[in-house]
Amino acid sequence: MALDEYKPQKGGEEFETGHDFKYVGTSPDRPDGFDKVTGRARFGADMSAPGMLFAAIVRSPHAHARILRIDTSRAEALKGVKAVVTRADFAGGLSGETWNVLENVMAGDTALYDGHAVAAVAATSALIARDAVKLIEVEYEVLAHVTDVDEAMKDGAPVIRGGAADGSVPEGLHPNVVRYHESGHGDVEAGFAEADLVIEDHFRTEATHQGYIEPHACLASLGSDGRGEVWCCTQGHWNVQKLCAALLGLDTSGLRVTASEIGGGFGGKTTIFIEPVALALSRKAGRPVKLVMSRSEVFRATGPTASASMDIRIGMKKDGTITAADGVFRLQGGAFPGAPMEMTAMCAFACYGLKNVRHVGYDVMTNRPKQAAYRAPGSPMAAFAVESVIDELCEQLGLDRIEVRLKNAAREGTRSSYGPRFQRIGLVETLEAARAHPHYSAPLKPGQGRGVSCGFWFNFGGETSVSLALSEDGSAQLMVGTPDIGGSRASMALMAAEVLGIPYEKVRVTIADTASLGYNEISHGSRVTYASGLATIKAAGDAVQKLCRRAAEKWGISEDAVKWQDGCAVPSGPNAGDFDPLPIAEITASMGATGGPISGHYEATPEGAGVSFATHIVDAEVDPETGKTSVVRYTVVQDAGKAIHPAYVEGQYQGGAAQGIGWALNEEYIYGPDGRLQNAGFLDYRIPVASDLPMIDTVIVEVPNPGHPFGVRGVGETSICPPLAAIANAVSAAAGVRMRHLPMSPPSILAALEKQAHA
Amino acid sequence: MQYHTPASFDEATALAATATGTTRFLAGGTDVLVQMRLDLVTPDVLIDVKKIAGVHDIVREEDGGWRIGIAVTGAEMSEHEGLCRDWPGLVEAMDLVGSTQVQGRATLTGNLCNASPAADSVPAMVAAGVEATVTGPKGSRRVPVEAIPTGPGKTSLARGEMISALHVPARVRGGGDAYLRFIPRTEMDIAVVGCGIDLTVEGETITGARMALGAVAPCVVAVRGAPDALVGTALEDAALAALADLAQAACNPIDDKRGTVGFRTHVAGVLARRVARIAYDRARENQ
Ligand SMILES: Cc1cc2nc3c(=O)[nH]c(=O)nc-3n(C[C@H](O)[C@H](O)[C@H](O)COP(=O)(O)OP(=O)(O)OC[C@H]3O[C@@H](n4cnc5c(N)ncnc54)[C@H](O)[C@@H]3O)c2cc1C
Repeated sequence: MALDEYKPQKGGEEFETGHDFKYVGTSPDRPDGFDKVTGRARFGADMSAPGMLFAAIVRSPHAHARILRIDTSRAEALKGVKAVVTRADFAGGLSGETWNVLENVMAGDTALYDGHAVAAVAATSALIARDAVKLIEVEYEVLAHVTDVDEAMKDGAPVIRGGAADGSVPEGLHPNVVRYHESGHGDVEAGFAEADLVIEDHFRTEATHQGYIEPHACLASLGSDGRGEVWCCTQGHWNVQKLCAALLGLDTSGLRVTASEIGGGFGGKTTIFIEPVALALSRKAGRPVKLVMSRSEVFRATGPTASASMDIRIGMKKDGTITAADGVFRLQGGAFPGAPMEMTAMCAFACYGLKNVRHVGYDVMTNRPKQAAYRAPGSPMAAFAVESVIDELCEQLGLDRIEVRLKNAAREGTRSSYGPRFQRIGLVETLEAARAHPHYSAPLKPGQGRGVSCGFWFNFGGETSVSLALSEDGSAQLMVGTPDIGGSRASMALMAAEVLGIPYEKVRVTIADTASLGYNEISHGSRVTYASGLATIKAAGDAVQKLCRRAAEKWGISEDAVKWQDGCAVPSGPNAGDFDPLPIAEITASMGATGGPISGHYEATPEGAGVSFATHIVDAEVDPETGKTSVVRYTVVQDAGKAIHPAYVEGQYQGGAAQGIGWALNEEYIYGPDGRLQNAGFLDYRIPVASDLPMIDTVIVEVPNPGHPFGVRGVGETSICPPLAAIANAVSAAAGVRMRHLPMSPPSILAALEKQAHA
Repeated sequence: MQYHTPASFDEATALAATATGTTRFLAGGTDVLVQMRLDLVTPDVLIDVKKIAGVHDIVREEDGGWRIGIAVTGAEMSEHEGLCRDWPGLVEAMDLVGSTQVQGRATLTGNLCNASPAADSVPAMVAAGVEATVTGPKGSRRVPVEAIPTGPGKTSLARGEMISALHVPARVRGGGDAYLRFIPRTEMDIAVVGCGIDLTVEGETITGARMALGAVAPCVVAVRGAPDALVGTALEDAALAALADLAQAACNPIDDKRGTVGFRTHVAGVLARRVARIAYDRARENQ
């Protein structure tokens, strides 16, 4: 995914707000629910084809090594092995991000991280494929490696790939620094001089994985005619189509990609890892190939988020006014450019109206897997560092944490820290709702602490194409191109039902394959309910207009004199009352004879995705003898613009908080001195289990987004921005020691307590 | 790979004695199958012990002790009234293993013979004084369970030998046991430190104590000095402090992704105090 796609957008078309809704705002069961609870839903690994082969991948055991020789002959001689591929079986002559993707999918001259793919086999059974992997001999020359972001920037650190830096990087930096960002406004030094208290601190967060339950899986078939098919679990199948075609040297339209049901993605399925490998094997073997990753492959070789090293300096007056804010953000995103450091920088201070602000970002390469998006990529770590310092300032100046945030909060018209002026936004409303929530004033027990944090995310629009076809009985088939990663089919059906005036159950929503619609951007950037939602409303509106035309023709009146009301065409204006309302099913029953099938279409790149803010309140309890934290109470307050399906909006709020709890307390990529990943499994990569979580209370604030016909703002990502900071503030208060390094695992809390006792 | 389902211990040990290559017994398979999937172990011979007569039974012995069959699952132990009454600490230790699904398969014998330093039931078994019958081509012998594991993944069982039963002693009046482990989460985790203890009391006074630690050394560690710290006391603060010191002194841990030497040693002391209080209350109620 290109980083530009997350950059702030200028406002697009503006819509009226303040509608009355019949279906929107209710929470019916999801259309895919029955299939999922009965096991009928088909996920990535559930598809098979006649004559199918099974693939397995040979991976580097070294963090950094030159590949001297790959001998595939013993594997090829094994009975049942039908094809072996290496880098030579993919397209040459690629450049830019497409080259990066290929280099990550299959190593070229050098293995760049533990788990990097170097070859793959396809065989008649999964067991034979696994055995064949062990017969492939790879001769390596092991090179010095570096996995830590600060170490990778130091003089003398091993160079991952010389010449990878772009023009943004100032001279004199280590070649592992590949991109540089600087932005802000005002004069920060003058601002700090005005402050009564300036606090500067260093913060670190570790790389975390999205932890989706379904490992990557695909079934691919590619003939020597250059026509192929892929079935896979992905957040964006047009992107799979485009990238796979490039990596295999095919016409984009020669490949048809179908998205399966998806067992979680959270950003991690916005790129490709195995699909081109399965295609290359299929092309060579002349048979369909299935490739399913194991959990340890998912950890070692897909994209976790970046780890970060950050310095934050904020000045505040005694009355709580922030006078200046300055941040340095160093992110490593593995052995490729792309760590989302400009997102970190641009989100860091976005919650506040600041006269003087500056941010500097470094994108640093290390010997780790290529990072991928993870829910609001780059923003949660920024909030952790910034909101921790604000908490310290409030503590030392004796100020209320919510009052201080309200005093400085960004509002409509505020010049944002990253440049543009905000349109209508809802940060103040979330802070006021948090202050009024009983949680904020509830008494704490001994050993407990309370933390508060705000968070920000841009949200996104992107290319969108939607089609809606009416059936003879008046029911509707809606085709959208954005894989449903959070209940979006329910939201789409609600919006279509609202416009058409037919019950929710009468709308069937399908995630169409790449051959059935125009290009659809990935389901990312919290864009689906906004952009596919907008397109659904417009496509349904297009169909309604055609329905009205049929009625007008039947009645022999002007099309303008027909309006659509409660699922019926109704004569209006001078013709009001002349004819009985004509229900949708009556119009569609005769559509074959009155001009043919009725469909609605819409395609656009909508640009009015409204930014969104949240405020979280957390109570944590720390066992001072073991350093173990329990999160005992959690409240999420977030602006949804308009909650189309409130229960699934709540699900997004709770999911963000749950993942944030894992990131804050126990999740981390642990590398040994040999540069190998130590915890490539859910036993030692500790995501929260159900019993680790409290009930997560939610408050949906609705400050309509004027860029969406019904006021929607994306909600999927903002919910993971405040948790790291809110939990760190709560834990620091409970433990009595400031925690500036995530995760706040029991040994690290105990070590901090001990250090403080000896200080 | 060969897969056998012997009907008797004779048949099982004969198979094991003559097998070539890597051999594994298969009880619940919650370690073996995971290791196979991870390519850590690829057995040539797999001997499923679940078809052997009597291995699913928990039997009360004449002396009041319990014989636990080698295929008895954690779930079956937790549902056994007599065992839960007599040895709540042992049962709670086994109950910590895995999830509900894992509990339906995992066995006490498998937990012991997998020889993980972090195995949860093993410190509880050592504290309870559990013994194992080892059966081989040359007959049977009875040994204390702490003699089985000899290092991570290693046991004292000779080629062809297997465990044919575990023996839990009779519960004396005024006795109570308990087990606690430290994990960063609440469930589905591997012990960073585990601590099992068994106490006997007369009135308020402790008359006997046995304690063992897990995950702080290559094998389970029996804390031999526990009686010196506790016998004759009513578990006052001084006794607890002495016990915690002993526990910490017995630690010989490593630094790894799960915990540092310092952290493990510190937490061993904390758990020793906490687990002793639980066992003390249980023992006093059992008079
Ligand atoms: C999800 C999950 C969570 C887990 N959580 C925990 C936990 O919290 N705590 C913990 O301690 N463990 C845990 N485990 C590990 C495992 O469940 C336990 O060690 C379990 O008790 C093993 O028993 P089993 O019957 O499944 O053994 P198996 O896998 O069948 O066998 C284990 C070993 O014992 C040997 N063996 C079995 N029977 C005999 C016999 N009669 N004689 C000689 N050798 C024999 C086998 O050859 C093998 O080497 C977990 C495992 C999983 C998959």
